[in-house]
Amino acid sequence: MSAPVPAAVPTLPAVTHATPVPFSRTLKVELRKSWDSRAAFWLLVAIGLLVIAVELIATLVSGLQDQDMAWGDFAGIAGFVTSVLLPVLGIMLVTTEWSQRTAMTTFALEPRRPRVILAKALVGVTLTVVTVIGAMVIGLVCNALYAGLAGHSDWHLGLGDMVGFLIYQVLEMLAGFAFACLVLNTAAAIVIFFAFTYVIPGLIALGSSAMDWFDKLAPWIDFQSAVGNLASWDFPDNGVAQLIVSGLIWLGLPLFFGLRRILRAEVK
Amino acid sequence: MIKVEGLTRVYGSYTAVDDVSFECLPGKVTGFLGPNGAGKSTTMRIMVGLTPPSKGSVTIGGQRYSQIPNPGRHVGVLLDASAQHDGRTGREVLTLGAMAMGLPSKRVDEMLALVSLTPSEAKRRIKNYSLGMKQRLGIAHALLGDPQVLILDEPANGLDPAGIRWMRGLLKAYADRGGTVLLSSHLLHEVEQIADEMILIGRGRIVAQGDRRTLLASAGPAQALVTATDNDTLAKALTAKGFHPQPAGEGIRVDCAPVDVGRTALEAGVVLTDLRTGGAGLEDLFLQLTADTQREGTL
Repeated sequence: MSAPVPAAVPTLPAVTHATPVPFSRTLKVELRKSWDSRAAFWLLVAIGLLVIAVELIATLVSGLQDQDMAWGDFAGIAGFVTSVLLPVLGIMLVTTEWSQRTAMTTFALEPRRPRVILAKALVGVTLTVVTVIGAMVIGLVCNALYAGLAGHSDWHLGLGDMVGFLIYQVLEMLAGFAFACLVLNTAAAIVIFFAFTYVIPGLIALGSSAMDWFDKLAPWIDFQSAVGNLASWDFPDNGVAQLIVSGLIWLGLPLFFGLRRILRAEVK
Repeated sequence: MIKVEGLTRVYGSYTAVDDVSFECLPGKVTGFLGPNGAGKSTTMRIMVGLTPPSKGSVTIGGQRYSQIPNPGRHVGVLLDASAQHDGRTGREVLTLGAMAMGLPSKRVDEMLALVSLTPSEAKRRIKNYSLGMKQRLGIAHALLGDPQVLILDEPANGLDPAGIRWMRGLLKAYADRGGTVLLSSHLLHEVEQIADEMILIGRGRIVAQGDRRTLLASAGPAQALVTATDNDTLAKALTAKGFHPQPAGEGIRVDCAPVDVGRTALEAGVVLTDLRTGGAGLEDLFLQLTADTQREGTL
């Protein structure tokens, strides 16, 4: 490595006309970044393995004890696992650029930062869709195994369930993504996400039981219960409106301020 | 061509870059020199749009960096060789760059060969790279798009002596082909052998700029260091001519140009064993200029 070599840079054909980097290329690059490092690769593998492990345990336990299970139930079990891990994936897509300081290279090659962030969000959505479809296929296999063990089967999986389930997973992932944009730090974003998932709903319930006026307000700010309606595809009155309003509060605001921060940030 | 005009960057009450203006011309290597914290890196980050300036502007080939379409094909940037993902392989880092710029993957192999990273080294993860290897990878990344302008922040950091010589040759050849090179360093001897133009910066302000000769001329009156087989005779001859020789180590320091010493020695018939310019070198000038800015606070 230390031997001097002839110092001539191989040339490329000159740039004849200036073409900006097309979005499809930015998207391809960001997709590749989602698995090409050791940590990112193993996160994806871990999601897959955990889903398979949990599904197999559920199949064995329910099949041997002859509990009633449907395909939708298996999908739901997988969904619980992915709803925890996909947001972590969404967070890592953003924060590794800062923790590893690769944002310097990324934004030097594509100074139009919103396009990079949009590409990352689309990569997160793509991986979520692939994961959810994968979880459903695994659920299908497990349901077949269950049929063999229990001697009966239920292949019910409503289209609404499936679509609702998918949107639910995408929104949870985007929540992680939004918090990541806001704090630009993996650990902090994960803590905020889990507080948002497990602590905030409890606080809202506490407030609702203590104060009447808050009880009326609560459904409009309780994102977790609004998004839960999606997963069960069963909306109370104003359910969709509540989802939109609470979504704007918990996803929209962090994303807005996060993007503003990223656009103005000094990248070091 | 890089054109910096009235560039200022303020952090609260601290002015990191203070009204800096200069130009880097095609076909020339411009050295950007200053002690740590002088504002070199901040200036370079502003050049490539990673830090917004408080005032002033930078254009590259007449355009602001953010307006350049596919900037990787026009400007090669290496700001910090350590700013790479630890968990990626060296080859992967270049592959991502080539993809982003829309280059064929064989360009990656060309660049790896250029910076002498072997295929097995390229397969290793950055975590296991030495600083010198990261620096080579960073130079490869900067050259990927065959740009006309290179902006390199401390590229010699961590390179071994052979590596530094290699890089010098590379950049020289690149400039000879018409490329514009701006490289920064806090080590003068790294830069003075390669740079056609030098910009000295201290505390965010440019304290001197010009080519080597101009800078040296501003460094004070001529001095020579000389050693002869017979120092005493030479000293007497120099004194007779009105100069003031002083013993210095094994030889003499005298307040005249080396050419005067040579002529005197010839006339006196003294054999010289060593004769060189003893004026304040660039290093002294550099320290003196940057120390001045520190003493006075603001110029």
